[in-house]
Amino acid sequence: MSPAAPPGSSALRVWAPAFGAGAVLAAVIGAAAVGLALAVGRADLAGLVGDAYVLGVLRFTVWQALLSAALALVLAIPVARALARRPAFPGRAVLVRLLGLPMVIPVIVGVLGIVAVYGRSGAINDALEAAGLPRLLDIYGLSGILIAHVFFNMPFATRLLLQAWAGVPAETWRQAAQLGMSGPQIFRIIEWPLIRAAAPGIAALIFLLCFTSFAVVLVLGGGPPNATLEVAIYQALRFEFDLPRVIAFAILQVAVCAALVAFIQRLARPMAMEAGLAAPAPRPDGHDALARIGDGVAIAFGAAVLGLPLIAIVTAGLTGPIGAVVSDPVFLEATRNSILVGLSAGALSLLLGAGILATSRRLRVGLWRPGQAETLEIAASLVLVVPPFVIGAGLFVLLRSIGDAFAFGLVVTAIVNALMGLPFVLRILGPPATRSLADTGRLADSLGMTGLMRLRLIEIPRLRRPAALAFAVATALSLGDLGVIALFGSAGNRTLPLHVYQLMGTYRTGEAAVGALALVVLCVVLFVVIERGIGGRGDD
Amino acid sequence: MIELDGVVFRYEAMRMAFDLRAEAGTFAVVIGPSGAGKSTLLNLIAGFDAPESGAVRLAGRDVTRLAPAERPVTMLFQAHNVFAHLSVADNVGLGIHPGLRLSAEDRRRVSGALDRLGLSGFERRRPGELSGGERQRVALARSLVRDRPILLLDEPFAALDPARRREMTSLVDSLRRERGLTVLLVSHQIEDVRAVADRALFVHGGRIVADAAPESLIAAPPTAEVAAYFG
Repeated sequence: MSPAAPPGSSALRVWAPAFGAGAVLAAVIGAAAVGLALAVGRADLAGLVGDAYVLGVLRFTVWQALLSAALALVLAIPVARALARRPAFPGRAVLVRLLGLPMVIPVIVGVLGIVAVYGRSGAINDALEAAGLPRLLDIYGLSGILIAHVFFNMPFATRLLLQAWAGVPAETWRQAAQLGMSGPQIFRIIEWPLIRAAAPGIAALIFLLCFTSFAVVLVLGGGPPNATLEVAIYQALRFEFDLPRVIAFAILQVAVCAALVAFIQRLARPMAMEAGLAAPAPRPDGHDALARIGDGVAIAFGAAVLGLPLIAIVTAGLTGPIGAVVSDPVFLEATRNSILVGLSAGALSLLLGAGILATSRRLRVGLWRPGQAETLEIAASLVLVVPPFVIGAGLFVLLRSIGDAFAFGLVVTAIVNALMGLPFVLRILGPPATRSLADTGRLADSLGMTGLMRLRLIEIPRLRRPAALAFAVATALSLGDLGVIALFGSAGNRTLPLHVYQLMGTYRTGEAAVGALALVVLCVVLFVVIERGIGGRGDD
Repeated sequence: MIELDGVVFRYEAMRMAFDLRAEAGTFAVVIGPSGAGKSTLLNLIAGFDAPESGAVRLAGRDVTRLAPAERPVTMLFQAHNVFAHLSVADNVGLGIHPGLRLSAEDRRRVSGALDRLGLSGFERRRPGELSGGERQRVALARSLVRDRPILLLDEPFAALDPARRREMTSLVDSLRRERGLTVLLVSHQIEDVRAVADRALFVHGGRIVADAAPESLIAAPPTAEVAAYFG
């Protein structure tokens, strides 16, 4: 039995904000579903899902995601272990920070960096030729997809593993020292169980990211046999307009993603861990020459996988035809479109997230219904299960039956990107919003502070910074996204990522590199402007 | 026997200096305010902290330069004395072989140590299924199979309720008598140990400022700091 609701918190007042946000979500997803349902009327679904071509795409999608997740994780283990064993070397802090970069730079930019390093006319082939060897590397196809997925996900996996290592209490290292454990014994008895506990969750997350991979596969897949479901949806819509197939792909995509998300949620239960109480203690192992060399090699390898494409992005961008690119009206228009789409998506995402949180935090604090709050937040995050591309495809079909789908391109992109950013907004804004209510709710209620007064005097000062961060993250995500815009994009409504993709597709490599660097700069500038401009400088 | 000879250790701005002599078989309780250096004193003996100068002699041997595993010491911490993913038997077995290569005879020794600590039949259990007191008993069982003459206890019973705490303290005391252990126990509850400890070391500002029988320390605090500590 939950205690009686405090006075002044009628069900309507508690649930209204979430209903508002939910209505928007339901409208978008519902419209997409209607769009797909309209097409389904004429199709034999069972036959389509069992179609050999469709199953072939599914098989490739799963296979490349499996390989990518396995490679990223297996390569991340020695890098993470070496970083965990070497808590202080020059450049370590920078390297660990850079590990977060591939997750946030626009995918098309990362792909460009990969091509510049590993591509046919990339740096490695140049080096091979200079050494008198044939240009061996050809990355179009599965190998290119895997290299790119390792670039994007291995650093991510390394960071997650490092967190697992950081959770080892200092007492454990002292215990190992006291018991006289050797390096291999420490690995077997302390670290391997740690890795085994963390690995399934990390692998499932990377599998999900690679399963829904679009831009990487679009650029590096090298043609029809190598398509993920997302790319196949894109091709079926854009080139063949084969709606029944789109539906079949969408059903498979949603089914697999839903299963995966359920699996990840189940794994996400936090381990029962008592916090360590002792002061940080050094590890007793890793002092011999062999361990030093091994760790050095692992760290250098990780730094190269991460760093080479990043360096290539910057140098190729700076040495490209900067003047010609930035004075190109198409570039300017794409930049303007990107800023508009990014800011609208970010703002809408923040608004939806705030609506959901206004309700869920009330449920958590004061009403003692954390279960309902949890359900509400998970329901909102279910957007992750319905991939943006499926929503985009549904809206595309619906709008096409009404009028010119391409005319709505930017609006649809902004809406879909806003949904995509929603889970991030909930993650960033949720905990401080709940804390704010828990800390100030009773006092504000007792003083009779309500409505705008409360917003101005309590919520804005307290939540300005996390709200600005959530806005900035959602905006940056949308800004760099090459997803649904590829479906809707046409002359006149290109975004910057689409422009870069089209430049790459027409082999205007130099211009593409400049555009990619400009996109990164734009992301960083908008991020900083929003985070500092709205969030304020703050004292922390 | 524990001997600290002009041992100096610096932690940030704090300079600590310890001199101590404790005969084999001593049970000393270490008390003092938080941050006074009680844990550091134990860490210096166990080898987790290395002194800037001075010598640490244990059981007649200079161990100042030796690694923790090479010293005749077992130390129990306030928490995390056992590995949550290993069974109780494996946790104890680590004290015999740190890579868990255990013979049948070793397994029997593990069971014997568990029996002695009232944990018969607990071999296959996981620490997660045990109470806080039982987990610390597992750690004590490991100290039995390690068979080192010095036992350092850094508040391992602080999280237990008063009855459990007294029970554990008298258990440690009976182990000391059976095996002739030298015991140093950091505690904030001098009441729990006044019956068993022969000495109380009062640490303040990185020094042992008082060293007397617990009873006399409580009855007649020798310095203002000690009096302030008891309140």
